[in-house]
Amino acid sequence: MAERSFAREVEKLRLGDGDNFVGEGILAITKALLENGVGYVGGYQGAPISHLMDMLADAEEILDELDIRFEANASESAAAAMLAASVHYPIRGAVTFKGPVGVNVASDALANLASAGVNGGALAIIGEDYGEGSSIMQERSHAFAMKSQIWLIDPRPNLPSIVKAVGQGFDLSEASNTPVMLMVRIRSCHVTGSFATSDNRRPPLTVTGALADPKSDFTRVVLPPWSYIQEQDKVNNRWPAAEKHIRENGLNELFGPVDAGIGIVLQGGMYNSVIRALQRLGLADLYGDTEIPLYILNVTYPLVAGEFLDFCAGKSAVLVVEEGQPEFIEQGLGAILYKAGSDVRLFGKDVLPMAGEYTGQIVLDGIAAFLRDAAPELLPAQRRAPNREEQPPVPDLAKTVPIRPPGFCTGCPERPVFAALKLIEGERGKHQIAGDIGCHLFAALPPFEIGGSTMGYGLGPASNGAFDGGGDKRAISIIGDGGFWHNGLASSFGNAVFNKSDSVIVVVDNFYSAATGGQDVPSSRADNRSKSTKHPITEAVKGIGVEWVRQVDRTYDVPLMRDTLREALTTEHKGPKVIVAASECMLNRQRRERPLEAKAIADGRRVEKPRFGVDEDICTGDHACIRLSGCPSLSLKRLDDPLRDDPIAAIDESCVGCGNCGEVADAAILCPSFYRADIVHNPSWIERTFAGISARIIAALQARRARARLDFAEG
Amino acid sequence: MAEAELDLEQRPPDPRMAGIIKLAIMAVGGQGGGVLTDWVEACARAGGYAVQATSVAGVAQRTGATIYYIEMAPASERAPVFSLMPAAGDVDVLIAAEMMEAGRAIMRGFVTPDRTTLIASSHRALAVSEKTVPGDGIASSDEVVAAAEIAAQRFIAFDMEKIAVECGTVISASLFGALAGSKTLPFRQEDFEAAIRASGRGVEASLAAFTRARAAVETPPAEDGDVEPAASPVAAPPRGPEKALQGWTRLMAEINGLPGEVRDMARQGLRAVVDFQDIDYGREYLDRLGEVLSADDPDRGYLLSCEAAKYIANAMAYDDVIRVADLKTRESRLARVRREMKPPAGTRLMVTEFLHPRAEEIVGLLPARLGRWVEARPARMRFVDRLVNRGRRLRSDRFLPFLQLYAVAGLRRWRRGNLRHAVEQAHLEAWLDDAFGQAAKNYDLAVELIRNRRLIKGYSDTHARGLGKFERVRRGIALIEDRADAADWARRLRTAALADEKGAALDGVIATIRSFSEAE
Repeated sequence: MAERSFAREVEKLRLGDGDNFVGEGILAITKALLENGVGYVGGYQGAPISHLMDMLADAEEILDELDIRFEANASESAAAAMLAASVHYPIRGAVTFKGPVGVNVASDALANLASAGVNGGALAIIGEDYGEGSSIMQERSHAFAMKSQIWLIDPRPNLPSIVKAVGQGFDLSEASNTPVMLMVRIRSCHVTGSFATSDNRRPPLTVTGALADPKSDFTRVVLPPWSYIQEQDKVNNRWPAAEKHIRENGLNELFGPVDAGIGIVLQGGMYNSVIRALQRLGLADLYGDTEIPLYILNVTYPLVAGEFLDFCAGKSAVLVVEEGQPEFIEQGLGAILYKAGSDVRLFGKDVLPMAGEYTGQIVLDGIAAFLRDAAPELLPAQRRAPNREEQPPVPDLAKTVPIRPPGFCTGCPERPVFAALKLIEGERGKHQIAGDIGCHLFAALPPFEIGGSTMGYGLGPASNGAFDGGGDKRAISIIGDGGFWHNGLASSFGNAVFNKSDSVIVVVDNFYSAATGGQDVPSSRADNRSKSTKHPITEAVKGIGVEWVRQVDRTYDVPLMRDTLREALTTEHKGPKVIVAASECMLNRQRRERPLEAKAIADGRRVEKPRFGVDEDICTGDHACIRLSGCPSLSLKRLDDPLRDDPIAAIDESCVGCGNCGEVADAAILCPSFYRADIVHNPSWIERTFAGISARIIAALQARRARARLDFAEG
Repeated sequence: MAEAELDLEQRPPDPRMAGIIKLAIMAVGGQGGGVLTDWVEACARAGGYAVQATSVAGVAQRTGATIYYIEMAPASERAPVFSLMPAAGDVDVLIAAEMMEAGRAIMRGFVTPDRTTLIASSHRALAVSEKTVPGDGIASSDEVVAAAEIAAQRFIAFDMEKIAVECGTVISASLFGALAGSKTLPFRQEDFEAAIRASGRGVEASLAAFTRARAAVETPPAEDGDVEPAASPVAAPPRGPEKALQGWTRLMAEINGLPGEVRDMARQGLRAVVDFQDIDYGREYLDRLGEVLSADDPDRGYLLSCEAAKYIANAMAYDDVIRVADLKTRESRLARVRREMKPPAGTRLMVTEFLHPRAEEIVGLLPARLGRWVEARPARMRFVDRLVNRGRRLRSDRFLPFLQLYAVAGLRRWRRGNLRHAVEQAHLEAWLDDAFGQAAKNYDLAVELIRNRRLIKGYSDTHARGLGKFERVRRGIALIEDRADAADWARRLRTAALADEKGAALDGVIATIRSFSEAE
């Protein structure tokens, strides 16, 4: 079950003609799929489209009612491969994953799909993880569209436009027999708003219907000579059909006056930022009515040459607002202008930066620079000749404000794994350590600084391949359970077994695909109504030939974790050494257990609630414990004691009593200032009686000693 | 060029643009920024506004810095075009759920004097980089406050986290209350409260925090947190046996005869050492302090003695097993644990201590000669280590484990004869002699030598590392002790030693010192 429940939102999927949907962009897309008669949906979670997968998972009842098949695919390539159902059958299918990394993974299937061509509308909804808040390398999915001739839709970031784009995407796909990628940026996935809904539509042909009447056509198989024929078909038929459809159906939009001497071409996704810049320059009103002609590429690939040249007619200069690099669109438009013998000046990545997110300020500055050059009379006076007012300078805080990268949550079961690894490195020196994708990668950052690379999902152990021969100190790799099932089993573990790797692999098994929001994976311990879970990772790796396998069932046991790692690093065993470090993701565990616990307490049952504390007069403020933890709840406080120089450790109320602090203090022989306090709710009378006796004896002893010495405690 | 053909005229911005309210929330993952965004949105809708919110969800939610952004304008038949992200110089209300996030907002230009109301919780959620420094790495909130006073049109700051915790909820509720209290949004108070009620969970606690925070903006409380209470002389007099109390009174009277600059620190120090051992030990402390005073320079405001009063006390009240057991078995400690953990009525509190003594700690408890004999042979130490070195978890709320700790605390009586005490005494004297040696030649250097005691802290390996750094700093100082700027270098060495665990920064400073000291 996912971290966030969409039980409430799911009801919105039942809205029909004349109703109004209010909510997030990503949920609006789900609704749009249903309204457009989709026959099957799938995907692989990852920001920013995780919620789309979570919503679909929570909506299975409605999907069943409409005979829509939902698969939580094993990976993006599995998801893209599923679109094969639309090759032969006139069924609309949609899958979703993040871009560009998910598209990287999916590219094998996408390329085959694009070559074969589709009969039913095939839509890949790409959550483009670019700019602020992104967790991946900064690239564009655009290149994949170009290399495989998959059409790319980049709608304006408001709910009605996004919803419309879903229907347009299916139509375009069917009109041109080509799969379509619908790209939504991070912020448009999470943008809120409303749109007028219509009734959900059952797919005219369902997947079960198709199974009853199977079809095949060998000309659709990517094999010679048809692969050559498919390429020609793409260029000679599908591409022109797409351009025609785009133009005839007005997929791209023209706003503003027709006869102005300049204009702006922009990706649909850039619309709001461009309008805001024009609003601030006095060139557009609240509702986006603009004085500058805008040509909005809701379809960013392919470019429609005729439409663009028409827009340029009578203009002296055009600015392209295109986020990301390389500047594929600008290059394409430049080529169109050149071949048409046009003298329109093309602005783009000269007034706007080549790389990085186009924030409000950047777009404003870029458009202002464009206007200053191409139409200075349009600029407000102060923009034409900037003459900044004298303002008292704001002190520079760059040296004050610390960076705040993401890290392990309070009570995370992965923390003790890395505390143990850090202890091992203290013992045996630094090791070659590779990471994978997932929460565990936070260990690469302080305070752990464990692992120096990530090569892709499920590829952590494989990325240590060069070191598989072993040496004085074995290479170590870390992989999560998400990565394990995504691609790890074959690419990393099969690889290690086959090559007789001498390395150590630590699988962080936290029972979920935790980094993406707590979705279930095959090894999840949860009961899942529609998915098969509880397949142990240890069994899987033994099944493909790993002989040395250890499982630690309580990662918080730092000494055990450390000893297991030491054993793996020193054993005589040949072949890969696999340690499965298994403990439930604390975020999900809390979400699962808190209500149960509250109910148990209310029902009068005995419940122990642990929390850790630090004795402030014993802690000396060295912070060694924090260097083995980094837990958000383990922080510092200053004492009101002039004898103390440094702040001491302190644990706040958010502590969930995971036990890491005590274990680390013990394993690393740190200091005795930690204590665990367990509050026992509803203790039995026997327990209360014995506790009472202990407390009285203890109080008597304390009083005895207090009487014999000077007691400074404030009474 | 075709500029002449343009028939457009420059127009002022659409006056309706002024109707857009732009609100950004800077938070740390887990602070409930998403909930706060939902509330603001619900409130705006109820108030007849068109509203759009965006967030940057993703891994940043895992304890990283996150940002939420909301725009709203009076609703009409047409939908306004809102921006999906805040722009520098174009934010009306900036809510920072933590002081450094307020700083980050200022750095990013989201707080400007022409328009921005900055609502910030004055508490700190420390970043990892601040917490891992062995010394004091906490970033300065004062610098952010100073910047905010200049950057913001209006600056509202108080500890909203405290209010939230006291009400048993998350800071989003008190931030929402502060927003309501700031009157920057044109909505009725009922709309704010209705938004909280509609969210359905933990409503009462959220409303309580909301109401308190709102009231705090409307009627700012008397400044209490910012004003340092006057340095409190040692508070209530101690209780205890008559003889000891008389001894205490005598020692305190002696302190009253010290120069005014030294008195406060001396009282604190005396209290610490007497609390550590006994009145006689306090006597020793004042004798040592007296020696420093006699060599001190009144023209320098007795700086050397002030620092000595502090660090001699710290050196004398070293951290040994006896002290730990003593502190953990006091009545006041149990009271503090209860105060922090707040066990509800009818519950029971169990307390587990995590102790991990090694041979070194146990041998330190032995009479000095016996201890030295054991220590002299690694085989003997290994034997003791095998006996004692393991993690021990003691349930100190239970009578028998408590008794173990109590008995160890009782060893205090024989502490002066044990090995650890001898080692500590020798170290203390060598350290003081070192400083004395400089007092007449280079007063400032002597002060720095005294202050170096700060480097020694912690237990076990941490303590050993502290001692190691102390030694390296001492040797580093020895290289340049004859230079006029020796005190500056001493300070630099100490600061570097506190900057990181392994002492990389310290190595750097020592290398620098070597480069010029050897060149000379």
